[in-house]
Amino acid sequence: MTFTVYVPLVVTVVLAVLAPAARRLPPRAAARSLACAALVTATGWLGSLALLSFTGLAQIPEVAERGHWSVAALRAEDPVSLAVAVLGALGLIAALGSLAVAAVRQTRQLLWARREAAAVPGDTELTVLDDEVPQAFALPGAPGRIVVSRGMLRCLGDDERAALLAHERAHLRGRHHLYLALWRLTAAVTPLLRPLADAGGFVLERWADEDAAAHVGSRTVVARAVGRAALASAAAHRRPQLAATGGAVPQRVRALLAPPPAPRALPLVAGAVLLALCCASLAEAASDSERMVVSARIAQCATARPAPVAADPDGASHRHPHCRPHRHTRPL
Amino acid sequence: MRDRASDTGGESPGRRARGELESGVLAVLWAADRPLTARQVLDGLPGDLAYTTVLTILSRLYDKGMLVRRREGRGYAYAPARDEASDTAARMRTLLDRGSDREAVLARFVSELSAADEQVLQRLLGGSDPGRPGEGV
Repeated sequence: MTFTVYVPLVVTVVLAVLAPAARRLPPRAAARSLACAALVTATGWLGSLALLSFTGLAQIPEVAERGHWSVAALRAEDPVSLAVAVLGALGLIAALGSLAVAAVRQTRQLLWARREAAAVPGDTELTVLDDEVPQAFALPGAPGRIVVSRGMLRCLGDDERAALLAHERAHLRGRHHLYLALWRLTAAVTPLLRPLADAGGFVLERWADEDAAAHVGSRTVVARAVGRAALASAAAHRRPQLAATGGAVPQRVRALLAPPPAPRALPLVAGAVLLALCCASLAEAASDSERMVVSARIAQCATARPAPVAADPDGASHRHPHCRPHRHTRPL
Repeated sequence: MRDRASDTGGESPGRRARGELESGVLAVLWAADRPLTARQVLDGLPGDLAYTTVLTILSRLYDKGMLVRRREGRGYAYAPARDEASDTAARMRTLLDRGSDREAVLARFVSELSAADEQVLQRLLGGSDPGRPGEGV
């Protein structure tokens, strides 16, 4: 408990630092690993904060009385300082609040997209907007739609148009919007997971690019389609550019013009080890804190009932229901 | 439709392939600035498709009201029906102008470029584009 409870927090930080490296991995494996990593670390983060705040909460006399354990015995184990426990509790409240807000927002957005996809006239996969401004996106729904403007179709050659359609189709087929929603939710739990969400957004584009390349049979064609589309959009919009999105398109084009990324086991194995460490530590910390509570309960029984009333077990159990022979089945 | 068979499960491959073909044909017609015959549409589609397949797709899209056509020679020349597309465009435009919140679910083909990105991109494409050899490399 002394240090295991902090391991998930440390793993989260380490993964946040390592996340940008996932951009160079084969994108499908990278997206799945990042999704898995985000889910596990966000759970670990919440679990750690919950355990920290519980050990603090358990030392409040009123709480201890309700739970029938001894504050002195719990303090003697000295699991965490009260200040850390309070910080943990505040962090937990902030994380859960932010998660709730993000969950409502994500659900609303996905429902909106579904409605919008259903409202598009016709039953074709492709919806063309009669608009000169080049744009293209995948609208997730049941079924999802590929939405492309006339301006976008006109700035691409025959092969490049096929690449664009294949790219958007890959987003819909791979249900990439669910990955994005997961990353946004986990980033709401802790801002430390934002780098995972950013890297995730990028590898989803790469994933769709690689699928498109397999479909049209040429990585160069996809590179040209992405590049042309981006230049045409930039020329049409001409508004102050966001620095935050800078560099993604050139990186994609560069990746497509280079040979396909070779599968590499080491980063994935390292990530898996970190996640396993995170889970194991959380489980260890949880069982530690349960053990502490149990021993604090035993201590409480010992002080509350110095002379065992062996002849009247019913009477004893009325006064201290938890002093009966122990069954460690109560949840924390 | 090449090497997609193993990719993802779901609906039947025949139905999916038909949907993909419809998208390809629509894209070709929208990219053109005049009505196209079936032969011209076929030329604009990558891969080896049968002429009759394109004819079937065109007449199906016409039946759905997605296309308009006029007689040309012994066949028809097709163009996209623009009424609904302009309505949809107007609605999509207002929703995209509304800003980041809803746009967040849309996986866009390309993100915005900074001025530096633009230069990098010009150089990268210059190197790969056989039409414009040696530009700025």
